[in-house]
Amino acid sequence: MSLNSLESFTHNKYYNWVIKNLFSSWVNSLFTVIAIIFLYKIGSFFLNWAFFEADFRNNFQGELITDRTFCSKNIKPGEFGACWAIIYARWDQFMYGFYPVEEIWRVNLTFALLPLALIGILFDKIPLRKYFIYFTFIYPFIAYFMLYGGPGLNAVGTNKWGGLLVTLFLGVTGIGLAFPLSILLALGRRSKMPIIKSLCVVFIEFIRGVPLITLLFTANVMLPLFLPEGVNPDNLLRALVAVTLFQAAYMAEAIRGGLQAIPKGHIEAAEALGLTYWQTTRKIILPQALKIAIPPIVNTCIGLFKDTSLVLIIGLFDLLGIGRAALADMTWTKLYYEVYVFISLVFFIFCFGMSRYSLYLEKKLKTDNS
Amino acid sequence: MTKIKSLFISLVLTLGVSTAIAGSHGSTLDLVKERGKLMCGSNTGLAGFGAPNDAGVWEGIDVDVCRAVAAAVFGDASKVEYVPVTTKVRFTVLQSGEVDLLSRNTTWTLSRDVDLGLEFVGVNYYDGQGFMVPAALGVSSATELDGASVCIQVGTTTEMNLADYFKANGMSYESVPVETNAEADAAYIAGRCDVYTTDASGLYSSRAGYADPSAHVVLPEIISKEPLGPAVRHGDHEWGDIVRWSLNAMIIGEELGITSDNVEEMKSSKNPEVLRLLGVEPGYGAYLGLDNEWAVNILSQVGNYSESFEKHIGPNTPINIQRGLNALYKDGGILYAPPFR
Repeated sequence: MSLNSLESFTHNKYYNWVIKNLFSSWVNSLFTVIAIIFLYKIGSFFLNWAFFEADFRNNFQGELITDRTFCSKNIKPGEFGACWAIIYARWDQFMYGFYPVEEIWRVNLTFALLPLALIGILFDKIPLRKYFIYFTFIYPFIAYFMLYGGPGLNAVGTNKWGGLLVTLFLGVTGIGLAFPLSILLALGRRSKMPIIKSLCVVFIEFIRGVPLITLLFTANVMLPLFLPEGVNPDNLLRALVAVTLFQAAYMAEAIRGGLQAIPKGHIEAAEALGLTYWQTTRKIILPQALKIAIPPIVNTCIGLFKDTSLVLIIGLFDLLGIGRAALADMTWTKLYYEVYVFISLVFFIFCFGMSRYSLYLEKKLKTDNS
Repeated sequence: MTKIKSLFISLVLTLGVSTAIAGSHGSTLDLVKERGKLMCGSNTGLAGFGAPNDAGVWEGIDVDVCRAVAAAVFGDASKVEYVPVTTKVRFTVLQSGEVDLLSRNTTWTLSRDVDLGLEFVGVNYYDGQGFMVPAALGVSSATELDGASVCIQVGTTTEMNLADYFKANGMSYESVPVETNAEADAAYIAGRCDVYTTDASGLYSSRAGYADPSAHVVLPEIISKEPLGPAVRHGDHEWGDIVRWSLNAMIIGEELGITSDNVEEMKSSKNPEVLRLLGVEPGYGAYLGLDNEWAVNILSQVGNYSESFEKHIGPNTPINIQRGLNALYKDGGILYAPPFR
């Protein structure tokens, strides 16, 4: 190695970063080494378990795994790899629940259209944005028609829905419905009209004062008792109402935080210009307040998305419920790690996506110099 | 607190019963027939008793009761819609009329039968709480468990039975509380407790899944009575009769040696009880508001009690439960159906 290249190597920015951050002192170096060993041990164990030693569809003898007794770890002592065959065997249930097999294309189409419906409201610098936004507003009707059925399509009751379909349905619809509601609640809470203000305060404080699980029970158990026999609102709909109200109350508080951060001078300036209340709110207050409130709003959205798995307790098979039902089947019982790791991965993908989007949005909307 | 709670629960359920009764036009049988399918409250997933298989079809001995009722009513055991219900919502779901029948390993107790306004129509599995310990512990009786740590599901009758049993025998234990049966199982196998206690059927089904089932013993003491059976709404007598006799038809089918394979041949039997059951001598279906073929449909599509037991939880399944108490009375068990006449 010539002196020249050595010099260029020591001036390499990665090299400098490593020296500066990981090996600046002997204590730092020691911790770096320990951390690397630790990560290596954990990482290699996990990778071995999840990939290199794992069974996917066939075991080490090349047989197709049709129940847990075919998993390598249940045949050969010393094998410990994951047995992912349970995920393959139950894939449809994990994704669609008990949706009829011949109708699954409808769910797939709805899933496929979801990004198109979201892209218009999530990103502003895309071509033809106006049409994407139109699509966002008709998407719920398309989704309802595709999933539930209607003229030309067989009806598929929500009791047949399950897995990721239910998780996404509750998450996306809950967040989508709660957002406008929460803005109204937040504005109402800061309103000068006493009746509206107290209604909003009571609603928000009541919902925030009880756990989601209580709301789910109330919606699921109490509601039908007060209705005549035979009038049983859909189970999933009941859960959706509970989830939406819950999310609206929490999001309203996040938005109120944003509203309170707006200096009073902005409102007074708007009033001085002769803008009406709604003009002020729509053009001056909300754009700023929502921007400030992005992190807490996304935070509640992520929280809600994960909380949807509580519907398990009222007998709805969301992703987690389907996983548990799979474990209760004698064919697959005891493959806890595989099922729970898979479910965590799915939840992680969605929650991490939301989190990254919120970071992107914060950066994009950052106008001040702080 | 408990008083207020029970007052509240009874208030809710009374309201439920009164609305259910006030709102019911016609019998449950008519409603079910009009709907074209049976709504059956099932477990959210319990191996051997009620769980969906890979194809999404529900299977298990509790599920077979639903299938038997559907076979009796419609002549088609598949006309059932399963409504998975958790332990917490199961009774209200029945009260509110969302399901016609609850068949999800529910213990028949006085308070449930009387106070909660349910009508238990029979027993399809006699269970009881037992203990499982690692064989290496060298324990052969539950009376040797003084000072042991026990994995226990909180808020269940199991927990109360455990407390009663240890108190009665002057022993102490350290409880390791867990939320679900699966967690209890996982905690036990991870060595967080010495003893795992739940209904004996649950112990057997857990043990069946262990890497080395022989390293664990189920102790001989059974410390509680847990008769599990289907339930209908209190006061729904005609419908209750149909469910009761659908279950009884499976048990009598076993007594008389009628299986899903030989049901057609048995129609030419000389035994008058067989002829009555299979509707060759007509009239008994009409008492229930059903046709004469109802029991034939049950036995040919679902099978008799023994077939159902062997298929889902018997010694040839991974759950591996012996008939024990659930054998017919003439085989040393206590399964006993009233005479079919």
